[in-house]
Amino acid sequence: MSGAIEVFVPRDAAALAVGAEEVARAIAAEAARRNLPVKLVRTGSRGLFWLEPLVEVATARGRVGYGPASAADVPGLFDAGFLDGKAHALHLGPVEKIPYLARQTRLTFARCGIVDPLSLDAYRAQGGLKGLERALKLGPAETVEEVIRSGLRGRGGAGFPTGIKWKTVREAAGAPKYVVCNADEGDSGTFADRMIMEGDPFCLIEGMAIAAIATGANQGFVYIRSEYPHAIRTMTEALRLARAAGILGRNIAGSGHDFDIEVRSGAGAYVCGEETSMLDSIEGKRGLVRAKPPLPAHHGLFGKPTVINNLISLASVPVILAEGAKAYADFGMGRSRGTMPIQLAGNVKFGGVFEAAFGLTLGEIVDDIGGGTASGRPVRAVQAGGPLGAYFPRALFDTPYDYEAFAQRDGLIGHGGLVVFDDTVDMAHQARFAMKFCAFESCGKCTPCRVGSTRGMEVIDRIVKGERREENMTLLKDLCQTLKFGSLCALGGFTPYPVMSALNHFPEDFRRAPSGLAAE
Amino acid sequence: MANPGHWDKERTAEIIAAHRDEPGALLPILHDIQAAFRHIPREAMVMIAEALNLSRAEIHGVVSFYHDFREQPAGRHVLKLCQAEACQSMGGERLAADLLKKLGLDWGGTTKEGALTVEPVYCLGLCATAPSAILDDDRVVGRLDGTKLAALAEEARQA
Repeated sequence: MSGAIEVFVPRDAAALAVGAEEVARAIAAEAARRNLPVKLVRTGSRGLFWLEPLVEVATARGRVGYGPASAADVPGLFDAGFLDGKAHALHLGPVEKIPYLARQTRLTFARCGIVDPLSLDAYRAQGGLKGLERALKLGPAETVEEVIRSGLRGRGGAGFPTGIKWKTVREAAGAPKYVVCNADEGDSGTFADRMIMEGDPFCLIEGMAIAAIATGANQGFVYIRSEYPHAIRTMTEALRLARAAGILGRNIAGSGHDFDIEVRSGAGAYVCGEETSMLDSIEGKRGLVRAKPPLPAHHGLFGKPTVINNLISLASVPVILAEGAKAYADFGMGRSRGTMPIQLAGNVKFGGVFEAAFGLTLGEIVDDIGGGTASGRPVRAVQAGGPLGAYFPRALFDTPYDYEAFAQRDGLIGHGGLVVFDDTVDMAHQARFAMKFCAFESCGKCTPCRVGSTRGMEVIDRIVKGERREENMTLLKDLCQTLKFGSLCALGGFTPYPVMSALNHFPEDFRRAPSGLAAE
Repeated sequence: MANPGHWDKERTAEIIAAHRDEPGALLPILHDIQAAFRHIPREAMVMIAEALNLSRAEIHGVVSFYHDFREQPAGRHVLKLCQAEACQSMGGERLAADLLKKLGLDWGGTTKEGALTVEPVYCLGLCATAPSAILDDDRVVGRLDGTKLAALAEEARQA
């Protein structure tokens, strides 16, 4: 196939959801019909979802993009000379120069959307495995120190320093030890884990291998939610390829250390994203939350010392090791070091992944980068950090994107999702949904969460109906306090964030004339 | 495999044997059982309990805990409509309500001819191409509107 022109079409689930498979097939068919030498490469997504399906062509000027393309556009693209990067209505120019991408700092997502996710050669060619090589040179203790120095904190939402977790497991007595990757990305508005698994799975494998060597673990698990069938398939195949190449298995990469990874599929329980519930689920039990202590680092999977990290934390480790802790820690602000793949979602014009150093303001992210709403109406609220995250009104758009700054405003950055709502949103309805979701997903172990969520839904219903509003408002606030301080885990403990933020920032939505009495 | 949805003792035994020595074998077994029979038949739970030396109550507890596992087969096709916040912000709730009304179903219901079950799902990770849905836990669709969704449901009913 030498001399063939490379054309790149994503196989990321979000691209497939908007027709990427049909586009890829049409390109292959049209190239065959015209007898043109085209080599179709399936990649992950760049994460510029309003441009998906985004087709890229390798040219002398770099990769040139066309999008959003449909199968019907394909003959026209050939006619216009897209294989030479020529003009067309969908022509976007060199992809790297699209401002949305050019403004990012892509460290964790450096390869995503660029390479064939199942080509180890492509992975190596783009800097892959350098982190593992350096970790082997440094040795386990110094690798842990390097991760501590980088300032990396848990990207799942809790923000606990990753290196400290590793150190605890490294020093814990007991064998075997485990590395568990939390890929149960259940927060609405988030898709970064999915994109890495579908677009750069070797990066996660490398990160887990580094964690294993640093902590002395010999077995890893990637717990992937069942709602991600494409990620499960790509990850499973990547593990097979890594085993065949000696990156997993006995004596990995010549280290003398044995390590293998298994994929475990969730079964539709949001609460299994909570780390102790996940451990029970992997053990084959109901996903009940465990009381802490003991910490999973001491008494984790099957009662053994266990590192359990979010996928993005683990996928950020290879670049930290490859480039050095300082290079990573030089990005960011305050105690939030490095970059975060911010995910812009919902009713937003330019939805996608925007990896940047901590410190942009919420307003810059939503208005400037996200371009406001997709509907063209004013932005009214942004839910940050998933279903357990607070709703931010425009008045708080000066909040810098930083773990502590969000916490100070009674919110959280969580796993980096931002869901944008326009002015048609009913915030009382959103508050009710938060309680409903908690009731639906509660594991049932602790009473505040199991019972309080259903009672919360009922109280909000009474407020909306106009029944003894002031009394019920007081009751709702009181109930939120009970949930916040009395729940065993973040599901019950954080459900008050969306509820109370809706109530505090959008009280007018709770005080409308009861429906049926007034026009909308 | 014989008629999907119809329980087969030998196939169940094969699935159990393939996983029983893995640590935490129960969920992988249940996933494969459901893939084979479109639900977790009571008879299979008895066999799993014996093989893993667990009580039937424990197996039933796990089956009933996870939203994915069913004790009764669904329709031939299952359409899951995302009802989480990102899809809500793009009208996902209204879209779902309209489809359910059109099909004369409540959530979890199956059309009369047994072709299509419609269920809610809370996030497919397709939040920047909302509203989204997934057909038969495999085919993902985004940027849905009423016309696209109705066509998808009709296609599934005919297939």
